[in-house]
Amino acid sequence: MCRFAIDPTAQESPVSVPLSLTVNGRAVSADVDPRTLLVQLIREKLMLTGTHVGCDTAQCGACTVHLNGRAVKSCSMLALQAQGATITTIEGMSAEDGTMHPMQAAFRECHGLQCGFCTPGMVMSAVQLLADKPNADEQQIREGLEGNICRCTGYQNIVKSIQLCQSGKVSASA
Amino acid sequence: MTDLSDVKNVSPIGQPLRRREDQRFLTGAGQYTDDVVLPGQTYGVFLRSPYAHARIKSIDTTAASKAPGVVKIFVGADLAEAKVGGLPCGWLIHSKDGTPMKEPAHPVLAQGKVRHVGDQVALVVAETTLQAKDACELIEVDYEELPAVIDITKAAGVGSSVHDDVPGNVCYDWSHGDAAAVDAAFAKAAHVSKLSFANNRLIPNAMEPRAANAQYTKHDESYTLFVANQNPHVERLLMCAFVLGLPESKVRVIAPDVGGGFGSKIFLYAEETALVWASKRVGRPIKWTADRSEAFLTDAHGRDHSTTAELAMDAKGNFLALRVQTIANMGAYLSTFASSVPTILYATLLAGQYKTPAIHATVKAVFTNTAPVDAYRGAGRPEATYVVERIVETAARDMKMDPATIRRQNFITEFPYATPVGLTYDTGNYEAHLAKAITLADVAGYPARKAASAAKGRKRGLGYSCYIEACGLAPSNIAGALGARAGLFEAGEVRVHPTGTVTVFTGSHSHGQGHETTFAQVVAAKLGIPVENIEIVHGDTGRVPFGMGTYGSRSLSVGGTAIVKAVDKIIAKGKKIAAHLLEAADTDIEFENGEFKVAGTDKKIPFGSVALTAYVPHNYPLDKLEPGLNENAFYDPTNFTYPSGTYVCEVEVDPDTGVTRVERFTAVDDFGNIINPMIVSGQVHGGIAQGLGQAMMEGAVYDTESGQLLTGSYMDYTMPRADNLPNFTLAHTVTPCTHNPLGVKGCGEAGAIGSPPAFINALTDALGVRDIAMPATAERVWRAANNIA
Repeated sequence: MCRFAIDPTAQESPVSVPLSLTVNGRAVSADVDPRTLLVQLIREKLMLTGTHVGCDTAQCGACTVHLNGRAVKSCSMLALQAQGATITTIEGMSAEDGTMHPMQAAFRECHGLQCGFCTPGMVMSAVQLLADKPNADEQQIREGLEGNICRCTGYQNIVKSIQLCQSGKVSASA
Repeated sequence: MTDLSDVKNVSPIGQPLRRREDQRFLTGAGQYTDDVVLPGQTYGVFLRSPYAHARIKSIDTTAASKAPGVVKIFVGADLAEAKVGGLPCGWLIHSKDGTPMKEPAHPVLAQGKVRHVGDQVALVVAETTLQAKDACELIEVDYEELPAVIDITKAAGVGSSVHDDVPGNVCYDWSHGDAAAVDAAFAKAAHVSKLSFANNRLIPNAMEPRAANAQYTKHDESYTLFVANQNPHVERLLMCAFVLGLPESKVRVIAPDVGGGFGSKIFLYAEETALVWASKRVGRPIKWTADRSEAFLTDAHGRDHSTTAELAMDAKGNFLALRVQTIANMGAYLSTFASSVPTILYATLLAGQYKTPAIHATVKAVFTNTAPVDAYRGAGRPEATYVVERIVETAARDMKMDPATIRRQNFITEFPYATPVGLTYDTGNYEAHLAKAITLADVAGYPARKAASAAKGRKRGLGYSCYIEACGLAPSNIAGALGARAGLFEAGEVRVHPTGTVTVFTGSHSHGQGHETTFAQVVAAKLGIPVENIEIVHGDTGRVPFGMGTYGSRSLSVGGTAIVKAVDKIIAKGKKIAAHLLEAADTDIEFENGEFKVAGTDKKIPFGSVALTAYVPHNYPLDKLEPGLNENAFYDPTNFTYPSGTYVCEVEVDPDTGVTRVERFTAVDDFGNIINPMIVSGQVHGGIAQGLGQAMMEGAVYDTESGQLLTGSYMDYTMPRADNLPNFTLAHTVTPCTHNPLGVKGCGEAGAIGSPPAFINALTDALGVRDIAMPATAERVWRAANNIA
């Protein structure tokens, strides 16, 4: 027996609210159900499927994007809260010609990914981490990754990737 | 960056080639199942049982059917009416009295009863996921709650039966080994060490939740299923032959990029089966993606054993016999390979690295009102290794012997070696990795480090684990004799294109393992062409001839060997073409570094020219040779492979808080030959992280009364995070596998197998206690350190 049944006829019919924002340098607009999460907008309306959903409790970080220059978990805010915002997703980190951001290149160089599912969120968090703490030591890097779960790598090569990027010894590469 | 494309005469074998799949994963261009949107897409949501055990008195979907956006709702009665079968189990185990295991029905949607929290009751198909979820709220299910069976040590014979047709809840009561020999050895033993413990229940937690998208195409009456899965051909075979009664020729299963599996995506699940069936009734594609809460409730869990182990020794610490009694949880239903995990994949490994002459194990498998339990990274072998390495460590302490010494003294040293539990180890050198690990872990410096810890009020401990596993599943005849209902070979196809580029189709599947790189290295080395010219295709029954998929660290040793065999056929045919072109005898042609040569002359022709000739056969021996250059091979291994290794773990405990830190972790593995050491190290890192996760923090907990999963999210189930783990020190020793052409053994599961006992051995050493339960949380450690029950 469902104890919390809601009668949809008692609800107002779904409304769509216009939303405008900038994603990866492009102005986009859409009409969205107010319940739409930011990650749903990114994945389902904008078809930017590099941002992933790995949990429903804002724990895993696979959905991490940059909103007005800050890393946020796009599963834990509504799309409408991003009204007028500037968003960068993993697709916006590399150049049109495929040249990767140094952090992306470092992950490749250090084998900082396996199945690739947590990777976009991990890269977005890692970029934020070094922006906040350019001289982070290994312990600070590990603590800085608290909000991102990876099941494949054991984190060792993710930490190495971030340290390589930090060293400036990896260049953007295709 | 290692780019070997223009390096002449350097074999790609053994090189840390950077992964070819990383560009797409790093730029957001990966394509996982949930990323696929089909024309006319609808969305499915499953209504799930809130109860662990209940009878369904009625289901009313009237209101839900009228909810906005709802396309169709299906319940168990709809499937029963359509005569949809239950999900099959792929391995038949017989009890020691000769009776076959109990195989109660495993319905696609609940039929009359629900048997665990999360059991699927109805499928709601709607225009959007939100609408489907809203409609689920409107389905009225009248449940009569029944007592839940949760505790595995009390499941057998309790009043409540998970399945009405399995009173007493015992699936099988199996035994393995020579009981009489074991009893005789115990009778004359100078000492017996005994330990009882649980192997804690785990939730696999691949980061990509399970997902499926099923489409029916009316014009040719075919189905396409995108699914996050490790073995699409097996998925198709089981679904078509046993559940839906569809011809395989009409069903295409595609497992695109898959975000981790660890075993949990091997199995045929109810959800994708329901979607395929319903897609024809709806006439539009249906997509379902588990949210994490559903994954916790419905992915097949792992481990969950309760075991008593006894090791009999002579006065000098020589092992005489091992006796093991285990209760294993099957959960509410028999998942695809559930029955094989605590039996064939467990008791056959109880010899470990030791020449224990007599071994006997009994395994009682029970049904409970919990999610099904099946293979999870290691699958039976971690449980066996935990038994062996914990009882050996306990024996060393009981005998007041050095833990390395007692191991060394009992090591198997001559190969091949037939164990008393049915396996024949082809090769190994256990002393080599033990010695190397002792050096790398600086065991000599340990007393000083322990003293330094003590000076800070900390307790330090050191623990060993010498693991063995059986990989490369599996010789089909042996597996069949042991109850497997399938062959366990692998298939490969090598298609050389007219321009000399190559597409390789493999029946194994990559979901993080980097096959697109490793397999290309193998083929590049064989054909002497650049890796860039080779494309690896997997995960699509519409493109790959056949396959048994990826599990049990089998992909390279079995799948890679199938590819090697196909390449050998390509080379053999190429030689005949080259012989014709070079006007020489077939037998005079040699193939080396990408060129066919006439032995002893400078006459040669490159691989690409032979390929072109095969497709443009103007000057070609058409009277005795078919055109084209495309070869298939199937490979069935003659034995399992036996990776082994020594892990040394060193921990420091703060007795005031119970916080335990892994200070050093050294892993020396013998995987045989290694194709890509970078990828192998990554596999070991990840395996150790999962093993330490099991030992330190992970554990699925059900309320023993209500059967609710108490660890149903990442807020409650503790996943290892970056700051929980140290850097691991890795090294290898090499004894090549003797029975596959690559000499490889498999590396995917070792870390998860070897690390839990190494950690617990170190922790109990630090605390001076005989045992501590996994996961050894700070609370448990604090209690142990302070003698608080």
